Amino acid sequence: MDFLRPSTLAEALAAKAAHPEAVPLAGGTDVMVELNFDHRRPAALLDLGRVAELHEHAVVDGRVRIGASVPYTRIIAELGDRLPGLAMASRTVGSPQIRNRGSVGGNLGAASPAGDAHPALLAADAEVEVASVRGTRLVPVKDFYTGVKRNVLAEDELITAVHLRPATGPQQFSKIGSRNAMVIAVCAFGLALHPESGRVGTGVGSAAPTPRRAVDAEEFLAGELADRNHWTSPRALEDSVKRRFGELVAAAASPIDDVRGSAAYRKHALAVMARRTLDWAWQDYREGSWQACA
Amino acid sequence: MRVNVTVNGEHRRADHVWEGESLLYLLRERLGLPGAKNACEQGECGSCTVYLDGVPACACLVAAGQAEGREVRTVEGLADGDELDPVQESFVERGAVQCGFCTPGLLVAAHDLIERNHQPSDAEIREALAGNLCRCTGYEKILDAVRLAAARKVEAAQ
Repeated sequence: MDFLRPSTLAEALAAKAAHPEAVPLAGGTDVMVELNFDHRRPAALLDLGRVAELHEHAVVDGRVRIGASVPYTRIIAELGDRLPGLAMASRTVGSPQIRNRGSVGGNLGAASPAGDAHPALLAADAEVEVASVRGTRLVPVKDFYTGVKRNVLAEDELITAVHLRPATGPQQFSKIGSRNAMVIAVCAFGLALHPESGRVGTGVGSAAPTPRRAVDAEEFLAGELADRNHWTSPRALEDSVKRRFGELVAAAASPIDDVRGSAAYRKHALAVMARRTLDWAWQDYREGSWQACA
Repeated sequence: MRVNVTVNGEHRRADHVWEGESLLYLLRERLGLPGAKNACEQGECGSCTVYLDGVPACACLVAAGQAEGREVRTVEGLADGDELDPVQESFVERGAVQCGFCTPGLLVAAHDLIERNHQPSDAEIREALAGNLCRCTGYEKILDAVRLAAARKVEAAQ
């Protein structure tokens, strides 16, 4: 096995082009488990720990660009004010030790349907920055996942960053697990209200082969909010609207029965989470409190 | 490959390190530091928690090669010579140690919490220790020990 240790992004991309079989290694929270248990014996490891560009975040063209290796701990501490949905999701990842090392780039690379960051990225219309020696491209996160633990990366490409607009409205995240800490999602839901464009963003986790949006639910709610002039003069939402939103979110999922939960339970839970997160987010919007605490 | 790493303030070198090897294996089997325990090897139990460049991490999830040129502080490096760290003292006094397997990881996690937050609430203690499993104590004595260590830290600072 080779251990490739680039110190710049250019070197990392050159290494990936020269060794397409090399497995990128950042926080190690997924890859090292596979190595420790002998589930994987890659020809090479590509350690990204020394590539400073991947550990930085900055505002670029009005959007927050988060380097692929920025650990969850720093997203929570340094970006929670601008990216509340992603910060909430980050707080539910593993343990403090895991959050100190794990990153959004790793979540995207692994592309597990249960990855905690995905619903928040989907709800916020994130774009994934992907680079190779051939150049850089931005992939809307909704198009990034192609199957269970599969994504659009070509074999010479690395995930270099994610780009998200700072929140312009309330964002929420909800996750169900069999306990509070250190738990993989049975299912999860992310919600972002985008009042500036009159849109609603959603993300469903752990309830389909890939993380996905609930597009019908987004369109339904955006339509209701526009029809009733709710964005400019927000009033309490009718129970029927919240219920319908929950039903449409559940309908967007196609979960399986597994050890963590049945498909029926996941659908039910998603409907409840969608209704509740909408309640919380709408209350924040009405009170304007999301701006105060953001 | 060869790995150079500073462990508990001392420069250490290891040769013939396998590229897929973990920092935990390097510490225990090559550098003779068995404090960090090997229990789950999947980041679930926290028994191998060490500081890597000042940040707590599961040593089983760090490739040895990733520690090249970095600073590692293990449970062996918490005490100042024969003088136990207040967190260690408190664990002993409050009976927070039973079989001891989880203790090194809990000590590092608790040490980090108290360094960052001198007056943690019970909720903050629980959250900080959520990645460290103990199958003996029922955690109450561990919580007691962390409260005591934090109180002593505040006292010492005054």
